[in-house]
Formats: sequence, C-alpha cells, structure tokens
Amino acid sequence: MALSNVLEPAGSGFNFENSTRNIVLENGSEEGKIKAPKPMKTGTTIAGVVYKDGVVLGADTRATSEEVVADKMCAKIHYIAPNIYCCGAGTAADTEKTTDMLSSNLTIFSMNSGRNPRVVMAVNILQDMLFRYRGMIGAHLILGGVDCTGSHLYTVGPYGSMDKVPYLAMGSGKLPAMGILEDRFKGNMDLEEAKALVSDAIHAGIMSDLGSGNNIDLCVITKEGVDYIRPHRESIYNYKRQAKYKYKPGTTPVLNKTVNQLELVHETVQMMETAGSS
Amino acid sequence: GSLMMISARAFGDNAQMKEHHYTGPVEHKFSPYAFNGGTVLAVAGEDFALVASDTRLSEGYGIHSRDSPKCYKLTDTTVIGCSGFHGDCLTLTKIIEARLKMYKHSNNKNMTSGAIAAMLSTILYGKRFFPYYVYNIIGGLDEEGRGAVYSFDPVGSYQRDTYKAGGSASAMLQPLLDNQIGFKNMENVEQVPLTLEKAVQLVKDVFISAAERDVYTGDALKICIITKEGVREEIMPLRKD
Repeated sequence: MALSNVLEPAGSGFNFENSTRNIVLENGSEEGKIKAPKPMKTGTTIAGVVYKDGVVLGADTRATSEEVVADKMCAKIHYIAPNIYCCGAGTAADTEKTTDMLSSNLTIFSMNSGRNPRVVMAVNILQDMLFRYRGMIGAHLILGGVDCTGSHLYTVGPYGSMDKVPYLAMGSGKLPAMGILEDRFKGNMDLEEAKALVSDAIHAGIMSDLGSGNNIDLCVITKEGVDYIRPHRESIYNYKRQAKYKYKPGTTPVLNKTVNQLELVHETVQMMETAGSS
Repeated sequence: GSLMMISARAFGDNAQMKEHHYTGPVEHKFSPYAFNGGTVLAVAGEDFALVASDTRLSEGYGIHSRDSPKCYKLTDTTVIGCSGFHGDCLTLTKIIEARLKMYKHSNNKNMTSGAIAAMLSTILYGKRFFPYYVYNIIGGLDEEGRGAVYSFDPVGSYQRDTYKAGGSASAMLQPLLDNQIGFKNMENVEQVPLTLEKAVQLVKDVFISAAERDVYTGDALKICIITKEGVREEIMPLRKD
C-alpha cells in the first residue's frame, strides 16, 4: 500500500542534493560556521603476502573516529568470493559497501557461469567503479585470492590505480609494516613462515601507528579453501580494573510509576498465500 | 563552569592528523603549534593531592616517545601537570622554575600552591595574543595542609577544584570523576570522603579506560602523590598500541 508521505526511493549513484546547502553552512558567518561531521576512517594496518600454496592476508582490528577508538574489534578482511578476500583501509563505510557490491556482482557471475571468479575480474570491477567516482570513494584495498591461474595479490587505490605485487601493506600503519615485509620477505615461503611474517608486519603497524591497534586477524587462502583466523593474535594488553563499578538499584531514583493495561479491542484472522501452502 | 576560552582548533591545521586524500593544490601555512597529545589528572583529598599523567608523546599518527611524563615537580608541596604542545610545556615549566627561585631568593621562603597558581595565571595572560598551547593543572597542599587542585585554560583563567582532568582524554575522564568523586547523578549513596588508596585505585582505573579509547593516551601512567611527607611517585604500564 502506498503511503502518501513515503520518501522517494533513492536513485542509483550518489545523491548530491545537499551539496549547495552544505557549502553555505560551512562558509557561514564566523559564529554560524558549522563543521560537517567527519566519516569514520579505519586508520589501519593491512598487509598481504603470496606464499608457496596461496595468499595470506592480515589486518588489525581498530577503527578510529578522529582520535577516539570507535571499534576495538572491527573486521577489516571482507569476503568477496569463496576464493577471494579483500582487506580495506580508508573510510570505513566506503570499504564495506564497495566490497559488498563487488561480492554481489561476483556471486551473480558465479551463478551465471558456474565457475569461481578470477581475482583479475574482481580487480577490474573495483578499478572501474573507483575511477568512475573520481576518488570520492575513500577505499584503499588489498585483494588476495587463489583461482585457476594461480595465487594473486593486488592493491587498488581510491582513484582506481592498481598494482600486482608479491607482498604489500596499506593504511596509516603501512610504513612500519612495509619495513618488516621488505626485511623478511622471500619467494615460496611455507605457511607458518608466511603467517608469522604477516602477523609481525601488522604488529609493527599496531605498535608504531596510533591509528592501528588491538588484535590481529589473518586470512589464509589456498586452492583447497580458506582459513579465516579471527583473531590470530589477541592484544596482550588486558589490564584489569582494580575496583568494581556497579550501581545498586535505587541509585537512579524512581520518581513515579504508572501501569497502562493494554485492552484487547479486536481480533481478526487472515489466511495468507505462502510458499509452503498450495 | 567551563574555562575553555580557546579551543584546540584555533591552533592551526598542523595540529590535526593529515587527510589521506590529495584533491588538489593545498596552500600550507606555517603553524607555530603542534599537538603532542597526553592526558593529565589531579585529585585533592583531605590531606593529600595526586597529579597523574600518561607518558606518551605523539604527533599526528606517530609516537615520539613512550617515556615523556607530563608531571613536573615544582616544590615539596606542589606538582604541575602540563599537556598540549610539548615545546610550550617545556618553556613554561622552565619559566615557572626560574620564577620560583627568584621568589625564594627575595622572600626567603618557598611559594605556596595558591601563590604558584596566581603567578601562573599572570604568566599565561602575559601571552594572551600568542598563547602558550598548554593545558595546566596544579596539584598540591595549601597552607593548612589540605589538598588543592587548580585548573587553567591556555590563557590563564583558573579556579580551585577538588578534581580535574585535562588534555586529550579529559572529556572521557571528567564525567567519570564527577560521578565517582563528586557523587553526581547518584542518590541513596553513602558519600564517604576519598582516601588516598581509593583515589590512587580510581586514577589507575580511569587511565586504563582512557587508554582503551583515546589513541593519544597510553604507554605508562605516572602518579605523583603529595602528602606532608613530600612527593612520592608510582608508575604503572598502560596499553602500548
């Protein structure tokens, strides 16, 4: 049933209706100047490494909203396809929605063709979309996966740039993480070595970068399957508070209490057509 | 009432974390200030005072030092906590220490906590038009031996408090202290006076919580405990990530 006061459903793409209004608000008179709310960024360390049997991806779990930690256990390794996972850094909403959209597209492709998608397809779809939006979507992504042509690791930037590499780190903690990767990476590592390398790279980011912290998640992708290890390494900082901060009932006083009995006025039964019935 | 006459935003764009996008030519203006993070807290009791601070020195997303405490001992009965721009914190404490010596030489006695507070207010207002980017909190014992806390804004407005938090996690700590020490927003609770042990426990707990959620606070906590015996220090580790 159509309600007369329902909003117009959103069209495709971004809605720029409020842009002029926002510019006026931000450039208002000295007293009237209003700052736009800042979107939450993940301020992250993410890393990926290609090893003998596949790809290992790693990420920290802290999401920050300027200087406050908004989420201590945020999941930054996103599912794209059964054989492809993606780590995201940058604006949290952008990485979530972009990877979701990519995942939906590839699921449709899989159903149409009966095959697992290839990593290059995911990269091309992402590049197309991010380039089209001229960098307005703040998604810095590391894509890793194993398909019929082998193990691949790619990075896609917010403006649509792409790089195919054997090891990589992104996010605000990329410099300390790259330091570890550049020092210890070698081709054809075995699984334990690769996991230790990625884990140590993320750990360097966590300790040296204020935007990264808490736990380390890992995702190991091989042609046999995926091992999503969340968390791989928990934060060692588990300081217990010395006192108990519990409030007894009555600390917030009850001023008055009213009980409204709900009366049963009218009862109807309506038969519905459902998938189960016929 | 609020003492904040000048917000941190007035101190220029270099004080903020850099945006990752480059969306066109950006005009850079030299900013004489930087924000080095850090949280300070002071509590006054019946016969003691505490001044606590974390020891992390940061800038943007990076850490300069994990061992840079923000409490500075001024006399046997007074400690000051300074957070904000580290350059100004160092200069300001040097100036205060020099003025304390001058007072001692001309008046043949140490400055009292109240006198130091009044003097700091004039020092800060002297730079009203190019302020010291420092949030100060003084903790000490007054002439009667009772705990005293004086909190300041960057240009010298000050008042005596029972407890005050300043610096980057101040907005997270102050409401918790209002509740636990000031017994605000609670009824039917026995208002026991704060003991030294309870105060130290509370300070440690609130800093653990601040380190969880504020990226600029962490590494270690240093508490200066001021009693008639003098100034004693306690150090406790905090999150390093």
